[in-house]
Amino acid sequence: MKIPTIKGYRRENGRVGIRNHVIILPVDDISNAACEAVANNIKGTLALPHAYGRLQFGEDLELFFRTMIGTGANPNVAAVVVIGIEPGWTQRIVDGIAKTGKPVAGFSIERFGDITTIANASRKALEYVQWASELERETCMFNELYISVKCGESDTTTGLSSCPTVGNVIDKSIAMGGTASFGETSELTGGEHIVRAKAANEKVAKHFDAIFKDYTDMIFKEKTDDLSESQPTKGNIRGGLTTIEEKALGNIEKLGKKTKFVGCLKPAEAPAGKGFYFMDTSSAAAEAVTLWAASGAVVHLFPTGQGNIIGNPIEPVIKISGNPLTCSTMGEHIDHNVSAILRGEMTVDEAGDELIELIVRTANGRLTAAEALGHREFVLTKLYRSA
Amino acid sequence: MIEFLIHEDKDNVGVAVVDIKAGKQAGGRSLHGKAKPKLKALMEIPLGHKIALQNFKTGDTVIKYGEDIGKVVAPIKKGDHVHVHNVKTKRW
Repeated sequence: MKIPTIKGYRRENGRVGIRNHVIILPVDDISNAACEAVANNIKGTLALPHAYGRLQFGEDLELFFRTMIGTGANPNVAAVVVIGIEPGWTQRIVDGIAKTGKPVAGFSIERFGDITTIANASRKALEYVQWASELERETCMFNELYISVKCGESDTTTGLSSCPTVGNVIDKSIAMGGTASFGETSELTGGEHIVRAKAANEKVAKHFDAIFKDYTDMIFKEKTDDLSESQPTKGNIRGGLTTIEEKALGNIEKLGKKTKFVGCLKPAEAPAGKGFYFMDTSSAAAEAVTLWAASGAVVHLFPTGQGNIIGNPIEPVIKISGNPLTCSTMGEHIDHNVSAILRGEMTVDEAGDELIELIVRTANGRLTAAEALGHREFVLTKLYRSA
Repeated sequence: MIEFLIHEDKDNVGVAVVDIKAGKQAGGRSLHGKAKPKLKALMEIPLGHKIALQNFKTGDTVIKYGEDIGKVVAPIKKGDHVHVHNVKTKRW
């Protein structure tokens, strides 16, 4: 397949983004109010309030910084204003984002108060948003887009139609020399042997085994029942999925028929090179997509059966559904209706080609359903309790 | 008209792609194989839910995608609705 071109934003570090956000990033929960005030003052900026950033430690703190720095560093972001309660961790995030070469400035609230901080940060945000609004899209290649994939509120139709459609796009885009990532560690349960067989070599397979065992051990340590309403979810069950094994086998259809994965990533870790990567993530949609955006993914492919309505503030989320009931009752959330596959009127290969066209249009600036509906779920993954 | 799909020929359940009424003679098609099973639905099978392609006894394994998706915990007749009331995970 010929590699399509797209109109994207080439950032200072050479990476290609498809959106041009100026974000106001809180370091911690108590700086959310100041960030939201700045975003209210300066139109065209986007605050990303979240619940954490205080008294975290160890691996959980490392993940926190990786997520915050990665979010600011994402190529869909033009410039960043960081606001925290104190200057130390604020500067750590500013310095991490600054490595990309993009404009970033930090403000801390202690010894200034909210009002002065908001005024100072608003002046910087105004400068950034006016600068960003003059950046022009340029011709880039489709295989420069880093794509993430994860399904949600899956049912039996996702395994029959929307997940194989995404798998078809993975096969085609990786063959073009692209970069993509899948995850949902617990949701591979029952199909982990199939995933393992898709590892590019034994070293990658062993790495996958270790991550899968670690996550499964955590579930067995914490669980108080058979997870019969959590994994699969009540929505999955309503849609006809009976067990985690059945759900996993449908999920794995997203991995394609031919593609091997070349590495395993920690949550929010950026891929080291081109190719297909496994990332250790929760299967909860907003948490997982937030991790992929922090790893640098610029567009997300999201198959859904019963109709998960998630969006993300940084990377556009494209929804694909083959459930005719969902496509008719909540069609405003669905970008790509593949229910013709269920009727035998469309092949997965044709649906995949149409999805690539839709990715190109989205990359060129077309808003996804989730963007137009204002879905901007930004949810940090927390590994354990704070100190 | 296709009422249900199966992933692989060795699957012993099909997935309803329309709401199938009880008593309906339903026709299926295999996505990756050649099978074209026909059977009578013994009960209503909602869109997306599974229909048994054979009789099962307790302890039997349900096969979908050509893989093990769980164990039978209550007897199932060919044409029955297969779901959480008669199948459980083997994993947790």
